[in-house]
Amino acid sequence: MDKWECPCGYVYDPEEGDMDNGIEPGTAWEDLPESWVCPLCGAEQEYFEKVE
Amino acid sequence: MFRPVKIAEGIYSVGCRDWDIRDFHGYSTYEGTSYNAFLVQGEKNILIDTVKSGFGEEMLANIGRIMDPKKIDAVISNHTEMDHSGTIPLVMHKIGEDKPLYCSKMGAKNLKSHYKKDYNYQVVESGETRTLGNRTFTFLETRMLHWPDSMFTYMPDEKILFSSDAFGQHYAGDKLFDDEIGEEIMPHARKYYANILLHFSPRVQALLADVAKMNLDIRMICPDHGIIWRKDPAKIISAYDQWSRQEPAKKALVIFDSMWESTAKMARAITSGIESEAVHVRLMNTRKWHRSDIMTEVLDAGALAVGSPTLNNGIFPVVADVMTYIKGLRPQNKIAAAFGSYGWSGEAVKILNKEFEEMKWDMVSDGVKVLYVPDASDLARCFDLGVTLAKTLKEKLSE
Repeated sequence: MDKWECPCGYVYDPEEGDMDNGIEPGTAWEDLPESWVCPLCGAEQEYFEKVE
Repeated sequence: MFRPVKIAEGIYSVGCRDWDIRDFHGYSTYEGTSYNAFLVQGEKNILIDTVKSGFGEEMLANIGRIMDPKKIDAVISNHTEMDHSGTIPLVMHKIGEDKPLYCSKMGAKNLKSHYKKDYNYQVVESGETRTLGNRTFTFLETRMLHWPDSMFTYMPDEKILFSSDAFGQHYAGDKLFDDEIGEEIMPHARKYYANILLHFSPRVQALLADVAKMNLDIRMICPDHGIIWRKDPAKIISAYDQWSRQEPAKKALVIFDSMWESTAKMARAITSGIESEAVHVRLMNTRKWHRSDIMTEVLDAGALAVGSPTLNNGIFPVVADVMTYIKGLRPQNKIAAAFGSYGWSGEAVKILNKEFEEMKWDMVSDGVKVLYVPDASDLARCFDLGVTLAKTLKEKLSE
């Protein structure tokens, strides 16, 4: 599963999820709820770029 | 005291110059800086951004030359960093804390984190237009340019863009506009880009595309630092386009430090090798050059040789300082090589190679390590390393 990086430096890793914000480990980027934003800087998902 | 400067009908620059500052959070500011704030008079009087804490009374006195500061009806905060928001508490206290404070969503969050106050935050969306009295303002989020809260405020009738830190320069002087200062301002703008905005270059490209799509007619750009671009705002926009593309120039840097002159000798030999291939080169000793000046040169350098002696099984601390700084700003499209003298363990070159790898710079070799003092054949290897760096760069540029 792909990792996605926020311009602020945070990387969303599907294997880890984002438990602090109710995202279970194993949640793919595509399956994140629309309301999920960067836990560090608050950026919406459209700002993220796929980590190649 | 700063004379408020009229920049358009009823619009004034009311900020302050900081002539004395020489170290701006680790960025060398040889000519000081300015904290620009703007007063828009009308049926509603609006203050766009404020100044650094300590300059508040001066700003209020500037405003006082035009009107009673208490008559400010609202504040627009384009950016939360304290050199622009530091005087918001003073202003809000003066005008009444119930007065609207316009900012981005993250601005409201970040202002609260800074000043622990529940002001009357009026959160604006990107692209939203608000009419305040007889003046119209359009807000454009510029997230991570260079903070999560950053935004632009555009006045469509006057065609003025208040661009927060973007397009700014750390410069304090008696020249206030691009047409007054001319080319002399460009090195300051370039240094600002390299040190503040470089790692957000992909966001700059996206923003410039958005601005082009929106077809904004920009007659004047008012950044929060330095001069106002009124004669040729397109000039700084096109410079940002060029810098954010990070296209390498035919230019190399040799950045090094030395303990007993051995790594210095190696650095000079590499420099000669680069020169012999007619590639522009600068030799920069990390204890002679400020990290922010090195960074400015890194912006368009196509090739870098970085040298460090090994000290206590590690990289030399001053080189580590500069490398940490460079790495944070994420320069792209570089060709690199490491070098250094060592006494017994010699880890520095390996550590530098790892840094290059992490920055995705292309290494031309594993680097050159020399035990204690370089001899003629070691220096010949260094010269050759310079030649290889220069040749690789030329090949890359001709592709």
